[in-house]
Amino acid sequence: MFTAILTIILIVGGAALLSWPLGHYMAALFSGRFARADGLFVRVAGRAAQQDWKQYSIALLAFNALMFVFVFALLATQHWLPLNPDGQSAASLDLVFNTAASFTTNTNLQHYSGESSWSYLAQLGGLMWLQFVSAATGIAALAALARGIAGQASMGNFFLDLQRATFCVLLPLAILVALMLALNGVPMTFEGAAHATTLEGVAQTIARGPAAAFVAIKQLGTNGGGFFGPNSTHPLENPNFWSNGFSMIAIITIPMACVWMFGRIIGRMKHAGVIFAVMLAFLLLKIGGSVAFEAAPTQAFVHLPVMQDVGNLEGKELRLGATTGPLWAVLTTSTSNGSVAAMHDSLNPLTGLMPMIGMWLNATFGGVGVGMINMFLYIVVAVFIAGMMVGRTPEYLGHKVEGGEMRLAILALFSHALLILGGTALFAATAWGQATLHNVGAHGFSEILYEFSSAGANNGSGFEGLGDNTVPWNIATGLIMLIGRYLPIIVPLAIVGSLMAKKRSAESAGTLSVGGGSFGIMLVITILIFGALTFLPAAALGPIAEHVTLMR
Amino acid sequence: MAYLIPSLRLWLVTLLVCVVGYTLFVLAFAQSVAPFRANGSIIIVDGRAVGSELVAQNFTSDRYFWPRPSAADYDAMGAAGSNLSPTSETLAKRAADTVARYGATAANPVPADLVAASGGGLDPHISRAGALYQVQRVARARGIDPAAVARLVDDKGIVPGGPFAPDPIVNVLQLNLALDRLKP
Repeated sequence: MFTAILTIILIVGGAALLSWPLGHYMAALFSGRFARADGLFVRVAGRAAQQDWKQYSIALLAFNALMFVFVFALLATQHWLPLNPDGQSAASLDLVFNTAASFTTNTNLQHYSGESSWSYLAQLGGLMWLQFVSAATGIAALAALARGIAGQASMGNFFLDLQRATFCVLLPLAILVALMLALNGVPMTFEGAAHATTLEGVAQTIARGPAAAFVAIKQLGTNGGGFFGPNSTHPLENPNFWSNGFSMIAIITIPMACVWMFGRIIGRMKHAGVIFAVMLAFLLLKIGGSVAFEAAPTQAFVHLPVMQDVGNLEGKELRLGATTGPLWAVLTTSTSNGSVAAMHDSLNPLTGLMPMIGMWLNATFGGVGVGMINMFLYIVVAVFIAGMMVGRTPEYLGHKVEGGEMRLAILALFSHALLILGGTALFAATAWGQATLHNVGAHGFSEILYEFSSAGANNGSGFEGLGDNTVPWNIATGLIMLIGRYLPIIVPLAIVGSLMAKKRSAESAGTLSVGGGSFGIMLVITILIFGALTFLPAAALGPIAEHVTLMR
Repeated sequence: MAYLIPSLRLWLVTLLVCVVGYTLFVLAFAQSVAPFRANGSIIIVDGRAVGSELVAQNFTSDRYFWPRPSAADYDAMGAAGSNLSPTSETLAKRAADTVARYGATAANPVPADLVAASGGGLDPHISRAGALYQVQRVARARGIDPAAVARLVDDKGIVPGGPFAPDPIVNVLQLNLALDRLKP
């Protein structure tokens, strides 16, 4: 228990410390403090006119459409293109659609194994490229949102913001993490698989490739798509305890920094502090639950002569330590990362519930940029309810929040639940889902629920026993990822656009304070009611049912 | 058009910088500073590749230490976990087979890591307890002193994460290579 607490403090505390200066830097970057870099970026984009929320959204969608089309074409034609030393063949078009949608939307749901599906060109030129620019899209959207709330005249320019996020935030950090991973043993080569003869004389073919570059941005951009099939449980993707620790810090740091960046741009650091504290409280609760539940031994072994003294080891790697599997599981799903360092399908039932809660809330740090945007939706709702309770016109930092904004916020929050629960209901009731299950009973239901939660939250992790490379799964989750990505980006921009169009009133003593503990509690309650209660019945059918019937 | 042309220009520049430039930079660094690691940590013995230090390979003979079970059958081109729930009956059956293979009894239970499959199916390590559990079998098969084999296990044991992950582990391939060097 002591080492568990020590590890949690090291990882979460380390990331929180790093997020402070990074948030400071990002706020300066997006406030145009680096004129020379901005000058270069304007030359690349042609010009950088100020955009309102509609123009910003169209620019964002246009570039994201181009991302999708390019990578779709690249994946579909990989077998004709170079950098394919292991001779990967053509992939089915439904898988190409799912994969292109998955990486464009920053989800990285993978219905394939990298080492046996994609050429090095497809992995680097298609998927790794999207890991940069899809993450940058989220950060850019947050910068635009913050400018609107801050009362600036325009939302900025998307093409400028995208380059700032890509070249000045993601790229330098990715270089740092990639070099560290390479030193620890993640391969970085264009050679095809290695051929070895084992000590017992058996031939073994060992997949490798340019993994270090890929894995670094996978962690930083809340992407999560692994170079190899089993993601960061693969020893070549995550060779030791220290690569594992660095990876976890890389997963959570930018989402944390986004809160500080938001606070600085709107000029309300106390407000940002409350948001950060609320997110951190949820994160630590889930980590505590996850580590505690996973300390229970593997149920299937308890009647056998097996010595179990470090909890459930099925699906875990020894070099990463006993605590880091459940800790990583929470970090990767609280952010929308989705990389794994232990197989989530083999977590104890209630441990497996913690990642699901992370994806249902999707705002306890959340994806780079978009996590804070999701939290903004909860804030709008909390402000509105609080205003109604005290009988005043609800105001957020002097912006009047009225019925129109409220309808949009509910639309975005409700669509998240509808996509996940609707999809789960459809696939649980039909052969589309039932025929693809790996585990029976309540755990099988959890596999379906997890897959839709992951797609809807743009997470990308999975209960990987599910046989999800089928046409119905590829198309359904592909569509859900697309809706679940762009609706919760465009709707908040529209809300802020509508706030910007109204006259902003001066804040007085009667205005709801968003910088104190009572607002924090209001926010927690709103998140619990919307995020958690909506999903409680589904949780009862899956992980909770499995726990109460089988864990004894 | 006002959106398409900047999009195309960004497409080109981000591809050049984040894919071509970034990849080549990391590649050049890794290949010059840590070439052994960059190429997959392949161990060469007498000019012959015997496997990767980081990737499990199967051992079935009594003369060698056995690795953890692998749901992927140690296929390093198709790594995978079992993805079975801890409550699964299939998992209980698989575990019973493994327990029988080790001949474990209630008086001499087998350490859990030798029964639980790893996440990627390629975990190169076993716990120190898991290695010591196999010492008698290996020593008997090779006709050497069990104490010498146990010393080898202690030699090769590492602590993966200092105070954060103190349970010692042993790399199975390195242990078996050392065993062959001790007495071929």
